[in-house]
Amino acid sequence: MDRRNFLKAAAIACTAAIPAKDLKANEKFKIDEDRVGVLVDTTICIGCRNCEWACKKAHNLSTEPLEKYSNREVFENKRRPNNKALTVVNQFYNPKNSQLPIDVKVQCMHCDEPACVSACIVHAITKHKEGPVTWDSTMCIGCRYCMVACPFQIPAFEYDKALQPKIMKCDFCIDRQKEGKLPACVEICPTETLTFGKRKDLIEIARDRIKRKPNRYSNHILGEHEVGGTSWLYLAGQDFSKLDFPKLVSDPAPGVTESIQHGIFAYFIPPIALYALLGGIMWINKNKSGEE
Amino acid sequence: MDFLMKPTLLKDKKFFTPGVIILILLAINAIVFLAFRFFSGLGSMTNLNNQNPWGIWIAIDVASGVALAAGGFTSAALGHIIHKNEYEVILRPALLTAMLGYTFVALGVFIDLGRYYYIWHPLVMWNGSSPLFEVGICVIIYVTVLYIEFIPIVCERFIGKVKLIASLSFLNKPIDSLLRFLDRSLSKTMFIFIIAGVVLSTLHQSSLGTLMVIAGPKMHPLWQTPILPLLFLLSAIGVGFPMIIFESLIASRSFGLKAEMHVLSKLGRMVGPILGIYLAFKIGDMFIRGTFVYLTEINTQSIMFVIEMLVGVIVPLRMFFSEKVLNSKLLLFFASTLTVIGVMLNRINTFLVAYSPPYALKSYFPSVGEISVTVGFIAILVLIYRVIVMNLPVISLPDKKLVHKTKYEIIGGSK
Repeated sequence: MDRRNFLKAAAIACTAAIPAKDLKANEKFKIDEDRVGVLVDTTICIGCRNCEWACKKAHNLSTEPLEKYSNREVFENKRRPNNKALTVVNQFYNPKNSQLPIDVKVQCMHCDEPACVSACIVHAITKHKEGPVTWDSTMCIGCRYCMVACPFQIPAFEYDKALQPKIMKCDFCIDRQKEGKLPACVEICPTETLTFGKRKDLIEIARDRIKRKPNRYSNHILGEHEVGGTSWLYLAGQDFSKLDFPKLVSDPAPGVTESIQHGIFAYFIPPIALYALLGGIMWINKNKSGEE
Repeated sequence: MDFLMKPTLLKDKKFFTPGVIILILLAINAIVFLAFRFFSGLGSMTNLNNQNPWGIWIAIDVASGVALAAGGFTSAALGHIIHKNEYEVILRPALLTAMLGYTFVALGVFIDLGRYYYIWHPLVMWNGSSPLFEVGICVIIYVTVLYIEFIPIVCERFIGKVKLIASLSFLNKPIDSLLRFLDRSLSKTMFIFIIAGVVLSTLHQSSLGTLMVIAGPKMHPLWQTPILPLLFLLSAIGVGFPMIIFESLIASRSFGLKAEMHVLSKLGRMVGPILGIYLAFKIGDMFIRGTFVYLTEINTQSIMFVIEMLVGVIVPLRMFFSEKVLNSKLLLFFASTLTVIGVMLNRINTFLVAYSPPYALKSYFPSVGEISVTVGFIAILVLIYRVIVMNLPVISLPDKKLVHKTKYEIIGGSK
């Protein structure tokens, strides 16, 4: 192989790699200032679990009749959202008043910078600029990396299905929202535990509640800063770690991974440089052994 | 050296041995369990759940599989790019291992995917910020490159010898000219694929480490570090040669051949320094992040970490620096086996042991079905390896004909 051939082939190899430049990060996603969220005030919730029923109804999941939901025995175990229930309410002991247990609704937090969206191999999960994080059945390949990535351990998978198993998680009732309706859980909540609105307004409301009743609330809005901010925000009368919330830092969940990825693939320069370097070494060594 | 080595098919060896029959049974067992997986869903035969979405199919079949197939690219770098001719004899076996290894990595991914029939989606639906996407694309391209690198071996075997059964004999000529065409064009362009193979390997070996970084606090701090990609790359490079030594010694024993000790001990000599660098980074990282404190707690994680480091890194590191080990077939095999086990342990630890989700009801342990499939896949891989080396010129044997002609010549590195 002569030098010309080598250069020609190397040039072809390089040009072949260049269109792949689009691989690098999708443009910095602009999130809407007026994106919506829900404020969950756990000091108000009475644990009626109507939201669980409404959620199943809204997502065509099989459910018992609403009357059955007044059964308090389910609170004996801590439950997690799964492929059959996208939201659940858990009950915790209240150190301030043992007669008044604390009830906490759990569902997808709809992060502003979601780890699942960053992780998904095919972009099947989308963060909408209006707030919701949704999953697209037509793209998902079922690798379950979103479940590995999620810091709140929310996405669930239909392990019992041989064909078209789905990733199940709260979709913030995005279809109902498009029709101008409230999310099903917010609509049915009889106690105004759930407040739907613009996220920035909700933070104001939450701050205001803490300010007016500092004894009732601990001075912490969960979701304001955690993993870069979430659409769903929580207020509580005690430390959130006692209510089974994971301890999280305020750095966006996918942060480090994306920096590593984009570092290795900055405009595809490092891989092409490595290719050229190895090509050079090969060329030199081949000539050397040829001369011997 | 009295003999010139030449890749030869091991045609006169017996295929069925007691070991082979056990492998066939293991393979059948795996296929039975796989039927459940495909007809009743992943939940029917795995212990995977919403808390532990990934099991041994990802940790062993995929992550360890990729690492243990690293011999393909490290030997290509040594033999083709640095151009050390004396390693010629290990190139083809290493290439075959990498090719089969990656094929089974792809199969492992295929059976683990909930929607396996959408496995092609990443080719057209891109997410550049996902390390899994990068691993996927690199593995797809690399498998293709490995098969291309293997074509000349097939050409060498069949050019001028294509003899199909009577009804297909009209195809003999076209196939022969196709092989000749491939052989001719590849001999000029092969360097492109060889370099591409090395670049692709460094990329996805490291990105495989990036995979678990996003799990953040769900990962035990002994393994969770931003330099995971670097550690994965270094350990993959480190296990490349031990894996070649490991399988070369097994193959030579199984076929009753003389082991290539002079090449293998030379390979072994390079392992020590690489493992040393890996260990230095691993310990340096522990110092910087102050994760030594977690070793004072006694739990599954800390015990597994100590086993991984002692058995898989420190002991083989010491062994590879000893002349006695490098020159002894048995000890060299032992040291290589430890390194292979060490890297497998590291991948299992990173993907499974370190992964402790906050709301896990019980910790994950693989089901009988999962273990059966993993074991069965390894069995099938070994069987295919055996079929191929018996029918294609992969393993080098001393060539008697060449010996007579060249007996008194000084044989240099040239082909």
